[in-house]
Amino acid sequence: MKGNVYAYIFVMAVTTYLIRVLPLTLIRKEISNVTIRSFLYYVPYVTLAVMTFPAILSATRSPVSGGVAFLAAIGLAWTGKSLFQVSVLSCGVVFLLELFL
Amino acid sequence: MEGTNRQIFVKGMRDGIPIGLGYFAVAFTLGIAAKNAGMTAWQATLTSLLLNASAGEYIGFTLIAANAGYLEVMVMEAVANARYLLMSCALSQKISIKTGLLHRLLLGFYVTDEIFGVSVSVPGMLRPLYSYGVIAVAAPGWALGTGLGVLLGNILPLRLSSALSVALYGMFAAVFVPPARENKVIAGLVLFSFGASFVFHRAGLFAGISSGSKIILLTVAISLAAAVLFPVTEKPEKGEAV
Repeated sequence: MKGNVYAYIFVMAVTTYLIRVLPLTLIRKEISNVTIRSFLYYVPYVTLAVMTFPAILSATRSPVSGGVAFLAAIGLAWTGKSLFQVSVLSCGVVFLLELFL
Repeated sequence: MEGTNRQIFVKGMRDGIPIGLGYFAVAFTLGIAAKNAGMTAWQATLTSLLLNASAGEYIGFTLIAANAGYLEVMVMEAVANARYLLMSCALSQKISIKTGLLHRLLLGFYVTDEIFGVSVSVPGMLRPLYSYGVIAVAAPGWALGTGLGVLLGNILPLRLSSALSVALYGMFAAVFVPPARENKVIAGLVLFSFGASFVFHRAGLFAGISSGSKIILLTVAISLAAAVLFPVTEKPEKGEAV
């Protein structure tokens, strides 16, 4: 590689940190605009949903186990299982299923 | 959120366990990418400690391997991590306005998809201690996974890493499913997001866009449309999130 590795790491770290920390430090009051408030209210759900599907299908060795884990996770969360339970049981589903795939 | 400082922190640590497990598995594969870029285990671990960003780090390692210029690295990091800007905005509304600068600087350092996801979904206002509990468990998993990925490469059995890789997604589901069950708008939005994301990943038209950019593009477009169509008028303290 051409550049200095530590300089690369420094550039990456500073850029990433500024993006993350500026809104948190600069926005010091409650936003009263209903559209912006609603937008920020919906952001987490939309972004998590977008990140989950279809990415989960390619995370595992087979899209089938990923797909079943996806449905299992939704079902488990629907019945009110905790974060940890949903997560670990989904892993278990993939592990068991891939014994047969 | 209710409870003593200690209870809040411990609750965070408990929620941090699946995140840490998922992080470990994902970071392990990231470590292999770092190794391919010619980085040492220490350099890769340091990167993970400082960045805590999967897509950002992956792109960074790829650019380092390609002898990219610093400016290019900066621009690509900004693009890959732009969604954190939105999350940081959302988080700024989730904490008390009286929250001090030090807490804001610390919380900002760890705005990741997962830590943000659990932090923003606690009932009522977020107490920073909850996030610190999550971070205390999850961040070491991320850094350790990256370093071990460089050192051990492909030793972790494929079957095990395959199973662990869904931990993060299971966790995401645990965050967005319960509110979707209670709120029809969120339920519809989640389903629509699945569909739109699927189309974006499949359609050749969007093949040139990185997955980080797809996430931010979809998030902004769908959330904005939802904000206009279904404005939320009640105060957040009474609702579930944000």
